Order: sequence, then C-alpha cells, then structure tokens
Amino acid sequence: MEAANPSGDLSAEMEVDAFRRLFPLRFFDRHLVESIRPDGRPLGRARDTTLALGAVASADGSALAKIGSTTMLAAIKLEVMTPATESPDEGSIAIDFHMPPICSPMVRPGRPAEAAPVISKQLSDTILSSGVINLKELCLISGKAAWMAYLYPEERNNMNLKVDKLWNFMITIVDIYCLDADGALFDAALLSAIAAFSHLEIPVVSLDEDGRVVILSQDEGLKTSNEPVNAEKRKLTLSDIPFSLTCILYKNYILADPTAEEESVMETLITVVLDSSYQLVSLYKPGGSVLAYTSALQDCIALTRHRVQELKKILDEAMSEMEVD
Amino acid sequence: MVMEVDRVDGRTPNQLRPLACSRNVLNRAHGSASWSQGDTKVVAAVYGPKAGTKKGENPEKACIEVIWKTKTGQSGKPEKEYEMILRRTLQSICLLNIHPNTTTSVILQVVNDDGALLPCAINASCAALVDAGIPLKHLAVAISCGVVESGYVILDPSKIEEQKLKALVHLVFPNSVPSVHPKESSRVGDEPKEHGLISSVTHGRMSVDDYLHSLERGHAASAKLSAFLRKNLQSQVPSNA
Repeated sequence: MEAANPSGDLSAEMEVDAFRRLFPLRFFDRHLVESIRPDGRPLGRARDTTLALGAVASADGSALAKIGSTTMLAAIKLEVMTPATESPDEGSIAIDFHMPPICSPMVRPGRPAEAAPVISKQLSDTILSSGVINLKELCLISGKAAWMAYLYPEERNNMNLKVDKLWNFMITIVDIYCLDADGALFDAALLSAIAAFSHLEIPVVSLDEDGRVVILSQDEGLKTSNEPVNAEKRKLTLSDIPFSLTCILYKNYILADPTAEEESVMETLITVVLDSSYQLVSLYKPGGSVLAYTSALQDCIALTRHRVQELKKILDEAMSEMEVD
Repeated sequence: MVMEVDRVDGRTPNQLRPLACSRNVLNRAHGSASWSQGDTKVVAAVYGPKAGTKKGENPEKACIEVIWKTKTGQSGKPEKEYEMILRRTLQSICLLNIHPNTTTSVILQVVNDDGALLPCAINASCAALVDAGIPLKHLAVAISCGVVESGYVILDPSKIEEQKLKALVHLVFPNSVPSVHPKESSRVGDEPKEHGLISSVTHGRMSVDDYLHSLERGHAASAKLSAFLRKNLQSQVPSNA
C-alpha cells in the first residue's frame, strides 16, 4: 500500500468524502486502476436511461428523458408558416436548448449558461444533417391541383395569385429544458428531442373563410362547418434515428456517459453520434488535453454502436407503452 | 487515380489553397497574425496575460478567452460554438500552469469566408499566440476535409465546394516536433504523437470508413501545414529578437 502511493497521499487517514473533494484526480485514479467508477459502473457502461413520452399535455409532442440523474424535458409546438422561397416544398425545424438556473449551481439567473447555445447549435446540426425528419412531411397540404379545386372553384382567374399562399407548412419549434445537469447533456438532450419527435402528431387542420389554416382541436373538428383538409392526425416517419454517446478520454481509459463530476475532473470529452444504420452523423471533440488516436476513436465508435442498440430498444419500448395507453 | 474528382478551381484533391501568414500585423496587440488560405482570411489578436481569471474559472491555471467577430452582422449561436471549440483547442496547447490566475484574450476577426473558416481561425490564433510569446506545449494545425458523394476526400474545400459535399470534417492535430531526444516519448503506442487528434468537428452524414479515411488524409496534409507554419515562424524570429 505504501509503495503504491509514493506521493504519500492521505487516503488512509482521511474520510472518503474529504479525499474525493481535495484530490479528485487521485480519487478517480484509484478507482480506474480497479476498472470501476465511483458510482459502481464499469468504464464502458452508460447509466440507466428512462423515457416518458407525452410529459407535457399542452404540447404537440413531448418527452422526458433521464440518463442517470441528467434530466431533459423536450416539447414540440407546431406553427403554420409559409415556406422559404429557396425550399418551397419543405417545412422547418427550430431547436432551442435552455439551461435554467434550476439545473446546476454553475448557472446563474439572468446570465445564460455558456454551454446552452453551443448544445443548441449541435442539436440542430445533428438533427438536420442526420435527415431523421423528412422536412417534406411537414407539408400540410400536399397536391397543389387537388387543393386548388377544393378551395376556390369560383375564382379560377385568381388562382395563380392564391396558390402561393396555399402552400402551408408546419414549423416545428422544439424547446428542450435541462432540469438536472449531471453530465452528458448533449446525449440526453438529443434523446429527449428524438423521443418528442416520435411522439409528435400533426394535427387536423381546416381553412377558414379567408383561406387561412386553422388548427382544429379534437372535439372542435366535428362541430366546425369547414371541412378538415387532412383526414386524420398523422405521425412523422422517422428514418435513421441518430443516437449519441459522450465519452471521456483520460490517460488510456475511456469512460462512457460521464457524470458532471467526472466531466469537471477529466476534461477531454468526445461525442459520437451514429444513426440506426450506423452511419456517422457527428464526431465531436472540442479540444481537451488528451489526444485521440485512431484506436481510441474506434473504441468510442464501438461503444456508441452498442449504446445505439440500447437506446433504440428504450425508445421502442416507450413508444409501444404509449400505444397501449 | 481511378476516381478523380473535378474541383471548381482545378486543384487536385490533395492540393491546399495558397497559404499566407504574416505576424505582428497590429500595433497595440501583444501578439497578432493574419492567416489566409485562398480567399479565406482571418486576423487574430492576442492580449495578455492579464491579471485575474474570469468568474468560475480555476485560479490555479491561466484562463483563455476567445472572442469571435463575424465579417458582418451580429454573432449568434454558430459564433458561440466557434468560440467554445477554439477556447478548448487553445487551452489544450497552452502551458496553463506558467501564468496562473491570468486571462489571455484571443480576438478573431473574420476578413473573408471562402470555406474552411474554422481551421483558418485556429491556424491564425496559433500564430498569434506564438507572436505574443504565450508559452505553448506545441503548435496546432487545423485542416478541413470534405467527403464528396462517392466517398472521395478532398482537402481544404472552398465555400462553393462545401455546399456540394456529403460531409465536412474539421480536424486539428498537434504539429510534429523535431525532438531533441531521439527516443523521447513522441510515440504513443504504435502511433506517432502528431497523429493524435486535438479537435474534431463534423457536419453531415458519412460512413465510419469515410471518417477514418479523411482522418488519414488530414494527417498527411497537416505535415505540410505544420512545415509551412514552422518555416514562417522561423523566418520572422530574428527580426523580433
């Protein structure tokens, strides 16, 4: 024992908690040589993950994701918009990630957390470049001709003018709130966003007298004089869902799914996003004192592959539970 | 080469755009540099080390602050992300223990963006840190690789090329240090140290093999960049001394 601690650390004489706070690196070192982490996990295992769909009743789609004690609440609101001229047949997605002061002692009220806009940008990059959401599906009214005939039979000569307006699409506004920031924020945020998308339903809409799109709530839909435009609520088809895993590189160790404490002590993080067909969506390593060699990168990718299977199962289970209800 | 790609500007896939770097371009800054790759140009200024760290930073270490200024308009989320990547990348090459409880500010001004903006900014700030005499462990060289639809990799894509790519990979490597001790631990495992990756940022969907391929090509090109940087820094040393 004496020989193992040439620096003469005080671990034998000190309470464990005090040692952990005073010498965090040495505390972790002593765990890592035993291939275990302070919370009892082996190095490559992620924390327990749970998903609850439909956590926010007033939103069109929502989900609560927990990875260990990291908690994320994602809610999606749909709004009708006119599409941008450069992509006239697509809807759009706006993603915002919030870190309110409730989530961590590092966040002060009034001063937005530094990490929030960065994670927000990463999330929109990941979701848009993975192609998980087909933006064309956000189209409310498909088939221009059918649509014209339906709405303006008497105004044939005015038609061209109105057609532009009739192309209405949904903009989906995704808000993700971090309720408890205990590490691996991006992973939890992405999981909650994806789960909220799989819970999302595009509502029934109709047109009022002025030709504007009105969203019908369920009971209203039956009473109104206006015929609904789309027959029933529909879900989005999610193809190639992206899942992510954050790992810490420390010496020769790779620690999957770090807690906030681990992130603060060992600062080299690497986030790998793979989709369900194992294509690489993102490999993100912003600096850090440990250099990543190809072998370490491949290990991280292998860990992520394993994690993708786990998360896919968790998402499927959450969705089938939802259908039973 | 069987799968030859035609590039808009007639370069070969491995060819970088002309590099230019000049240091000490600003009078008041403690260190400054302008770096350009083709039409992409970034000016970096370094102020510091100044006393005190920002709130919440470790006072036992030096703190690095990065401010990113766009060419036009206000800075938004992308700029915040650039700042974070740059800060963490520069932190990893600086010797933070030498000036504890100080802050070094690195200010980047984008002069023109014609693709590979982030790598250009990293290279510029690295040259500016050297100019300011901030103690560094080693230099960092950044390169961007584009993966085209067929899986072929092109280096240092321009803005027009970036828009047509399947995926874009920005990589940052440490430069190769000619070691004084021939058997110094410049090799980790079976890979030389300069093959270690400091930062990696990717956009777009690709196969894992595509990524590993661009990593390999990035390594090869980073040697050229690192030689350019070294030559450039050496040529200016006597005039500064």
